[in-house]
Amino acid sequence: MAKPTDLVQGTLDLLILRTLALKPMHGWGIAQRIRQVSKEVLQVNQGALYPALHRLEQQGWIHAKWGESENNRRAKFYSLTPDGVKYLRQEQAQWRRLSSAIGLVLDMS
Amino acid sequence: MRWSYKLPLRLRSLFCKNEAELDLSEELQFHLQNQTDEYVAKGMDPEEARHAAFRSLGGVEQVKEECREARKMNLVENFARDMRQGLRMLRRNPGFTVLTILCLTLGIGANAAVFSWVEGLLLRPYPLVSDQERLVALSGTVGAERDQTSWPDLLDMKRSCTLCETVFVSSITGATLSIGERAEVVTGSIASANYFGAIGVHPILGRAFEPGEDTGGNGHPVVVISYHLWQTRFQGDPKIIGKTQRLDNVVYTIIGVMPEGFYGTFVGRVIEFWVPVSMLETLNGGSFKLEDRGARWAEAYARLKPGVTRNQAQQEISTIAGRLAVEYPATNRGRGITVWPLWNTPFNHARELLPIFEIMVVVTMFVLLIVCANVGNLLLVRSFGRRHEMTVRVAMGASRGRLLRQLLTEGLLLSACGAAGGMLMAYWCRQALVLFFPDPGLYLPGQIDDRVIGLSAVLCLVVTLAVGLVPAFQTRHLALADTLKAEASSVMGARGRAWVRSSLVLLQVTLGFILLVAATLLMQSLQNIRTTSPGFSTTRVFDTSITLNAAGYDAPRAKTFQEELMQRIRALPGVEAAAYARTVPLGYGSFSSTPIAVDGYQPQPNESTDQLYNEVSPEYFATMGIPLVSGREFTRADDENAPRVAIVNQTMVARFWRGQNPIGQRLQVKGNWVRVVGLAKDSKYYSMDEAPRPFFYVPLRQYFAIEPDIHIRTTQPLQTIQTALLREVRELDPDLTLYEMITLQEQVDRSTSQQLAAVALVALFGGLALLLASIGLYGVMSYTVSQSTRELGLRMALGASTSNLLRLVLSRGLLLTTTGIAIGIALALLLTRLLGNLLYQVSPRDPLAFVAAFAVMTFASLAACFLPAWRATRTDPMRALRAK
Repeated sequence: MAKPTDLVQGTLDLLILRTLALKPMHGWGIAQRIRQVSKEVLQVNQGALYPALHRLEQQGWIHAKWGESENNRRAKFYSLTPDGVKYLRQEQAQWRRLSSAIGLVLDMS
Repeated sequence: MRWSYKLPLRLRSLFCKNEAELDLSEELQFHLQNQTDEYVAKGMDPEEARHAAFRSLGGVEQVKEECREARKMNLVENFARDMRQGLRMLRRNPGFTVLTILCLTLGIGANAAVFSWVEGLLLRPYPLVSDQERLVALSGTVGAERDQTSWPDLLDMKRSCTLCETVFVSSITGATLSIGERAEVVTGSIASANYFGAIGVHPILGRAFEPGEDTGGNGHPVVVISYHLWQTRFQGDPKIIGKTQRLDNVVYTIIGVMPEGFYGTFVGRVIEFWVPVSMLETLNGGSFKLEDRGARWAEAYARLKPGVTRNQAQQEISTIAGRLAVEYPATNRGRGITVWPLWNTPFNHARELLPIFEIMVVVTMFVLLIVCANVGNLLLVRSFGRRHEMTVRVAMGASRGRLLRQLLTEGLLLSACGAAGGMLMAYWCRQALVLFFPDPGLYLPGQIDDRVIGLSAVLCLVVTLAVGLVPAFQTRHLALADTLKAEASSVMGARGRAWVRSSLVLLQVTLGFILLVAATLLMQSLQNIRTTSPGFSTTRVFDTSITLNAAGYDAPRAKTFQEELMQRIRALPGVEAAAYARTVPLGYGSFSSTPIAVDGYQPQPNESTDQLYNEVSPEYFATMGIPLVSGREFTRADDENAPRVAIVNQTMVARFWRGQNPIGQRLQVKGNWVRVVGLAKDSKYYSMDEAPRPFFYVPLRQYFAIEPDIHIRTTQPLQTIQTALLREVRELDPDLTLYEMITLQEQVDRSTSQQLAAVALVALFGGLALLLASIGLYGVMSYTVSQSTRELGLRMALGASTSNLLRLVLSRGLLLTTTGIAIGIALALLLTRLLGNLLYQVSPRDPLAFVAAFAVMTFASLAACFLPAWRATRTDPMRALRAK
């Protein structure tokens, strides 16, 4: 029952995890960060962001804690768990393999 | 580590849904506000910015819903993953898996089987009957004695009792069913017209009784038959309604067939037919009428209104009984009516089974505990063997909670298999209870219904927790440095984690010991009963009776017949003596009883002068082998025209004549004065474990019974004498047949079947417990020794001899055993009291039993410890010291 958005969902998970690898962030911050770093190319679908965060939390890759944001509001900060670090490494490696393989196919003459 | 994050999360989503919801709202709120601020910073209008923010999120409720979904998904995934891993783990150790599942099947299966028996015989004993919780049984009481109720009393009860929905009767009876040449005795029931309506089971063919069929003495020869009878005797004839059938030589019309699976309402017997109460006199040979208020034959039940407790009903019924005692003093003075719960109904076989069931439930619980301890130990030992693997996993990031969950899953898999196997075992053993009772006519079905299945499921869960958590205790203390070093666990005396294993074995030894004590006590009891003489011969004496009532004999005709038959019997080859007696001792039938008066004896004010007696023919005492201390037997001269005589027993003399010689003394029986002509030795009358009671005998001719039992003392085997007797009977009257012929030994055996069953069951489980405890001990000792090879090698290298090592290992094992036995002794002293009535002439604290159990347990433990100990002495010191 693979939905067309599954590939995108997997990619979103990867982006979120990678972003959190640097430091704990809240959902809004994650979206901003991804936009910034990708030079505005990757506009995270906000409707998909929070379900993704909750799913990743359920699976135990990230951990949530309430804290105070930069603008002194109460926000839910996410951070990677040790298992999440491992999972991120796995998925990154997987992604690189995949993208280089696609590249090879696209570049074939 | 993941687990300690996920667990509070899971718990929160389960228990604090509101808090999780608030969090979600607040999180999204935060996002929306930031987004709004961004839009405002870009120059939008605040209102517009807010709308735009909502739009960009794409529907707050939708997002919330998706978040909620995201949380739920993983529970199922993770569970499936744990299951798969658990299965793999179990497949890898097939021997261990099979052993534990076997143990669990036995433990859970035994409990399920016993509970299905309890359910099928005590709690919901009547298949197809609705609302059995509201049914109660009614019996009459006079003083401390109990008998049945009479029809007029019950009619009054039905009329006056406001707390009862209805009152009905279903009394067991037997009749000869003749079809063509064959005559067979079949069990049936005399039932009131409202019976079928009251129990809520209706015929599948034809009709039940109509209210008018309760009255009109013998005017309604109609019968409803059981499905089983319809299929076997009538080949399922579809036109059966309206056909006739002879029962006891009276023609009845078949008016209905009951549904399949309905066996009547008498626990222990299958009821094949029902006749209305108006036919009472044809079935009892006219000895009493339906309208006799003093004729107490009815086995009655009442259905209470919803919400009425038994106590309330009892109070009202006692009041009504009191009123009846005043209204009809001749028949009802001093009599009451008692309400019984179904499981304690005084007039069926369930009551006899009650003490056995109580014991069985306790015993099977013990066995289950032992099984759990065993399996727990096995799992513990195995998990300890996997501790390297586990430590490495912890070091590599797996959470302790993860390990815990895995262990619990394995435990669940094992106990689920055990429960499934157990249910199967219980299903097969449904009918097995009858195996423990020698009486062939008994029907004791167990019932697997929702409650039994529910209990098994609960047991399964409990076992899972008990068994899965035990090794989990180990993982709590998984300190990395410790376990990676081999030395830490190699010393035999090391405490710490070993206490869990030891205490489990201790539990097994204790429980096993208690069961052994119980089994020994019961065996002693049975032995006592078996060696107690019943006071009459049990070998070479046969008992049967003839269907004279069924064939419609009246008293004069029966007298002639009995005379002629007795002459013929005495002429048969091998027959040493023969006699008639109205009632056979130790049987289901009751002796006659009557108030008596004795010259010179003044009864106490509250004392009942009712005494039991038996109506016997000449040669009775010679046939039965009951010695006559003085005086004579009855002779043919003691007939209805001669002066009335009696023979009394020793206890009667002690009580009424204070030990004087009773010969020649007078005694008033049923209004007539009779003279004592003989003194017989005491014997057993109702049960083997009764106390000596006063009893007397009167000549059958003077107190005639149409259908007495026949006792024959002969050297011939049963088949021969049965055939010969039948031939003689048929020559006199071809319409007659014999009831079942058994030896008096068989009669005694049937009456002690309860004790036999108890012994068999407890011995079975005791043996099982012993085996399991031994295996447990063996496993633990074996394991301990294998873990301590280094220490043993060291000792050997330092000069310890084989015998030293043997002593070392054995002493450890014996320490465990002795502690277990010591606790077992203490508990057994408290608990064996509960065996109560099943113990005959054996004290619950009989030292022989304890010593025997001690010896057996010690021996078993020594045997269990011996092999590991012997293996310990075979350690190669060099190899042991080098091994890490």
